[in-house]
Amino acid sequence: MSSAPGSYYLPNPSAWPIIGSIGLFSLLLGFLLLLNEGSAGPWLMLLGACIIVVMMFGWFGKVIHESESGMYNEDVGMSFRMSMLWFIFSEVMFFAAFFGALFYTRALAVPWLADTDILWPGFEGGWPTAGPKGPMPIEADTPVSDPAAQFSTIGPWGIPVLNTFLLLSSSITVTIAHHALKMNSRGNLILWLGVTVLLGVIFLYFQAVEYHHAYSELGLTLGTGVYGSTFFMLTGFHGLHVTIGAIMLTVVWLRCLRGHFKPDNHFAFEASAWYWHFVDTVWVGLFVFVYVF
Amino acid sequence: MSPFRVSTAVALAWSGAALSVAPVPANAAWGLNLPTPVSPIGREILELHNLIMLICLIIFIVVFGFMFYSIYAHRKSTGREAATFAHSTKAEVVWTVIPFIILIGMAIPSTATLINMEDTSKSDLTIKVTGYQWKWQYEYLDHDVSFYSSLATPREQIVGLQPKGEHYLLEVDNPLVIPTNRKIRLLVTANDVIHAWWVPKFGAKKDAIPGYINELWTKVETPGTYRGQCAELCGKDHGFMPIVVEAKSPEEFDAWLAGRKQGSSLEHAAATAAAKQWSESELMARGEEVYAHCAACHGVDGKGLPGAFPAIAGSAVATGPVEDHLTLVMDGKPGTAMQGFKGQLSDIEIAAVVTYQRNAFGNKAGDTVQPSQVQSLR
Amino acid sequence: MATADVAHHEEHHHHPSGVMRWITTTNHKDIGTLYLCFSLSMFLLGGLMALVIRAELFQPGLQVVDPHFFNQMTTMHALLMVFGAIMPGFVGFANWMLPMMIGAPDMALPRMNNWSFWILPFAFTMLLSSLFTAGGGPAAGWTLYAPLTIQGGMGVDMTIFAIHMMGISSILGAINIIVTIFNMRAPGMTLMKMPLFVWTWLITAFLLIAVMPVLAGAVTMLLTDRHFGTAFFDPAGGGDPVMFQHIFWFFGHPEVYIMILPAFGIISEIIPTFSRKPLFGYTAMVLATAAIAFLSFIVWAHHMFTVGMPLTGELFFMYSTMLIAVPTGVKVFNWVSTMWRGALTFETPMLFAVAVVFLFTIGGFSGLMLAITPADFQYHDTYFVVAHFHYVLFSGAAMAMMGGAYYWLPKWTGHMYDEKLGKIHFWLTTIFFNVTFFPQHFLGLAGMPRRIPDYALQFTEFNVISSIGAFGLGFAQLLFVYVIVKCVRGGSKATDTVWEAPRGLEWTVPSPAPYHTFETPPKIA
Ligand code: HEA
Ligand code: HEA
Ligand code: HEC
Ligand code: CUA
Ligand SMILES: [Cu+2]
Repeated sequence: MSSAPGSYYLPNPSAWPIIGSIGLFSLLLGFLLLLNEGSAGPWLMLLGACIIVVMMFGWFGKVIHESESGMYNEDVGMSFRMSMLWFIFSEVMFFAAFFGALFYTRALAVPWLADTDILWPGFEGGWPTAGPKGPMPIEADTPVSDPAAQFSTIGPWGIPVLNTFLLLSSSITVTIAHHALKMNSRGNLILWLGVTVLLGVIFLYFQAVEYHHAYSELGLTLGTGVYGSTFFMLTGFHGLHVTIGAIMLTVVWLRCLRGHFKPDNHFAFEASAWYWHFVDTVWVGLFVFVYVF
Repeated sequence: MSPFRVSTAVALAWSGAALSVAPVPANAAWGLNLPTPVSPIGREILELHNLIMLICLIIFIVVFGFMFYSIYAHRKSTGREAATFAHSTKAEVVWTVIPFIILIGMAIPSTATLINMEDTSKSDLTIKVTGYQWKWQYEYLDHDVSFYSSLATPREQIVGLQPKGEHYLLEVDNPLVIPTNRKIRLLVTANDVIHAWWVPKFGAKKDAIPGYINELWTKVETPGTYRGQCAELCGKDHGFMPIVVEAKSPEEFDAWLAGRKQGSSLEHAAATAAAKQWSESELMARGEEVYAHCAACHGVDGKGLPGAFPAIAGSAVATGPVEDHLTLVMDGKPGTAMQGFKGQLSDIEIAAVVTYQRNAFGNKAGDTVQPSQVQSLR
Repeated sequence: MATADVAHHEEHHHHPSGVMRWITTTNHKDIGTLYLCFSLSMFLLGGLMALVIRAELFQPGLQVVDPHFFNQMTTMHALLMVFGAIMPGFVGFANWMLPMMIGAPDMALPRMNNWSFWILPFAFTMLLSSLFTAGGGPAAGWTLYAPLTIQGGMGVDMTIFAIHMMGISSILGAINIIVTIFNMRAPGMTLMKMPLFVWTWLITAFLLIAVMPVLAGAVTMLLTDRHFGTAFFDPAGGGDPVMFQHIFWFFGHPEVYIMILPAFGIISEIIPTFSRKPLFGYTAMVLATAAIAFLSFIVWAHHMFTVGMPLTGELFFMYSTMLIAVPTGVKVFNWVSTMWRGALTFETPMLFAVAVVFLFTIGGFSGLMLAITPADFQYHDTYFVVAHFHYVLFSGAAMAMMGGAYYWLPKWTGHMYDEKLGKIHFWLTTIFFNVTFFPQHFLGLAGMPRRIPDYALQFTEFNVISSIGAFGLGFAQLLFVYVIVKCVRGGSKATDTVWEAPRGLEWTVPSPAPYHTFETPPKIA
């Protein structure tokens, strides 16, 4: 029996979820062992990651297959779109926690510490800071000789502003690709989507360069007090999201090559594009609050 | 502060409620309401508490008066048909607005009390209070007096080998001493994790946050001994770090302070101790006493608590190079419960306890540590 | 109908049976059942830990457990109850009831629905096995305050990862619920026609998506502080331990409403049925729920009045917290008005509903007292708080679930439960609940701190009573299990409407509800 128009597709029982759970569990268990000196840790993590990748291929493959064979009606597509938006909202809240931590430390905690002369005599506060016991900040982008005593930050007007430019343009190119898809202009779609992924990859490359610079020359690491903590956690989680977004877009790009998606039905494309815009917006927040101010 | 005193009414209401739970044999100590305060803030809080509770009680009786009347009178078994109304804008506005007004009525006295509580200016005496796992340190900032205060109840009482004393768990070796009728400002902080300094009868509670200082003030009117407990979960022995405050008349307090100043400083003890060469048996005997400081974590038998606190018996540190052992005990290990003891123990005490650890519980390092060696590491 | 119209299902070739049916199911009713069973087992396990706590507190002195293990029990008890019993329990209700209430064939994303359940057993395996590691499980309270959680061993890491997994599960579940409600309603089921249980869940799901990621962020910072040298909560590096509390409670306070709003929904279904009268003030109920949800985001620091916030902060959080009494009051008044001049009968679900309104309000009032900042300095971290939250959590959330279970069990199983045993269960639960927790108010006022394994002598009497009550309460729950099992096994046949004249689409389908309901959307009047 085939799908009747207007009826909501209900999938059969599926083993992919439980496989995903097993993958997630071994990934985390492996991480746990890694953190607590268990030798099996990395292997379990690898196993978990592999299971998750297999799960994604299997699960999404099935969805793609169902979608391509026309089993989904409008409502199913709507459900997918809504869930993606709410998922992105949850991601926004995840970043909000870290931005909150940044604002809290800068606006409240560090000034309070600076006022607590009994416990921290001589600590001036200010931003950037690695706290009363951490190394002292010096001018941005200045190589330091003694990382135990000093650290330097990354100024906004070098790589960061370039990266802002890269990501913003990639938001434009993905929109161009979207229009091309709606116009059913395959060539343009593939071209501009490809450019988007490329811009994302370049962004990641620059970020890696920046991290390397910070660790090797600026004395700025994850352990450089709250400055290092907030800096690397925010930019790091953002980078992770760019990576995920880029992978999503790559998969979509490959599917475009295969001729998937219709001008009026292309959920995976939309979802990835939304995700990409979200990642972009977060970056603008980062650029403003982490780098510039 | 509050417009009327309602303690009696409320106490009656509470006891009524309590009686319905279960009658208990009378015991002088237990109470149904907040303990009788001995400070102005404590009194304001009690009045506020009674006021709010009375308001809540009245609303409660009214609302559930309606409900129980309905339960009684509107039973189906009385053969009645249900009404069909489902809405009444008038009623809904009324029961939105009236609670709002009641709340404003509550907020006003609360705000006043709060502002008063937070005003630590113009104090007569400042004491710094530091929470440790699991003891308190008191420093009289302008008087160069400082001491630690920890639980005095013997272990035998806790595990039931001895009958429990009157102030079971609420007694310490060195109580905090304060003068009555003086505004005392307490600067509260902690060394390791968060604790909270609390004496119920003062109406004074403040979290002790490592790295930060919180202020609170109190003014005790009646001389006496007041007891409280740490009020923030701080690990294994959170239940065993009481607070005892002795409020003395200002004259007695001054006398106490003067007596305390002499011979209280660690340097004094250090000078006498360093002059002498200590024998192993002296060190071991002394060390066993001092080890009480360590037993909370490392166990009386030196076996620790696997996973949380390492054993001293067979420990690589306690049988390894003596310098490492000394540095660890003196400076502690940041990020763990192992605190630095150089501020708490004198040279001889550290020397003794390290010697003890190295040669007890089956450890056979065989060496001894002299106070002079500790001093050189300070 | 269920067998005739299966057009939009895949070919029916591989429907696994046995265990695999439950592991791979995509059916909302199966998944609902899984959630409910899971919730019940966590409730028993968490309750068992509460009994360990109460056994130790029966007498002053240390008799049963050592202090370190006691702290693990407190922490684990709360984590199991909050994340294992209450939250999944309500998701179980949502799975069973939402599609039926809005006339949908199933949840919007059935495979994801399966996944959000099947993450949980793994999460709790991780959490519970921490008890068996060296150093034991988490022992810093369910609030996991830094820096106490920076100490601690591998068990803390396991808790962190378990919370990550629970978070994923909750977020996926909540997304599914929102999308189902927005996208799967039968034609004619407008938002303002939805049963109140649907409304409360819609808002709860929104809260979940908004705050679970924040909790994930908080525990992630804990993890990096523990292992990767960050200094979020370390003052020496410029961080602040109190920041953990701010982030935690930004999650934590909405979380307590996540645990009560669906309960309000259930109560709002039960009371009209047994009053034989429509719910009073439907619109106001919806608005009040939304208002509570909104306010829940701006009151979090009322858990932290003693941490030394600036005065303005304390005032702000005091006022905003007090405001919550207004919309909650609206709800209480509306329930009472629903009963007013109805034709009341008191079957077990109604007994539970009435008790919930009554007892929750006691908890609400003690909450209001806690909101009064100066007074909270006295109550904070005492048994007064413990009494408060068990009144809202046990007699609010848990008893509402029990009422809901009695209310819908006949629909789920097709059998009537044993009314007499149900009533006995109700009375035992209510009485022992009060014996357990009412005296804790006095303990708190008299100055007994929470989270202590041993106490001073003046606290003895009430602790004795409380412990006796707790054991009674525990055994009463075994009766609950028995009633459920008995009802699942058999019993007199339930009619389609079950009760006299309940409102709602779920009562238009047969009892037990067929495996697939509403494959063709029902007509909404
Ligand atoms: C289901 C869970 C739930 C619910 C619904 C609530 C509801 C409320 N809670 Fe509670 N609370 C908890 C769960 C919950 N709480 C938990 C778990 C903790 C402890 C966490 C921990 O530390 O471990 C806690 C702790 C807690 C504290 C911190 C105490 C401390 O640690 O010092 C405070 C302080 O303000 C507070 C306040 C309130 C208030 C004002 C409400 C209000 O929503 C109540 C509103 C209801 C009413 C007021 C009654 C009905 C209203 C009327 C009949 C109208 C008329 C009334 C008036 C005008 C007065 N709660
Ligand atoms: C959703 C919430 C919920 C529920 C339902 C409960 C239920 C109970 N709680 Fe809970 N409790 C919390 C949430 C909850 N609690 C929270 C959040 C804390 C704070 C923790 C912290 O400080 O961090 C807490 C803390 C807490 C304390 C304070 C501990 C301390 O500060 O040291 C106490 C003490 O009496 C207590 C007691 C109880 C009791 C007696 C029950 C009873 O109602 C339980 C009744 C049920 C049973 C007893 C189960 C019956 C089962 C059997 C008898 C057999 C079992 C069989 C098998 C497993 C096969 N709880
Ligand atoms: C509040 C708890 C606590 C107290 C009190 C305490 N310790 Fe420790 N101690 C610890 C912890 C936790 C460690 C483990 C630190 C780590 O992770 O390396 C430790 C480690 C040690 C070690 C190293 C053991 C090893 O094998 O690694 C020695 C030696 C030691 N402590 C001595 C002492 C002495 C001496 C005292 C008392 C004067 C004392 N401790 C009091 C908690 C405590
Ligand atoms: Cu110190 Cu609790
Ligand atoms: Cu709250």
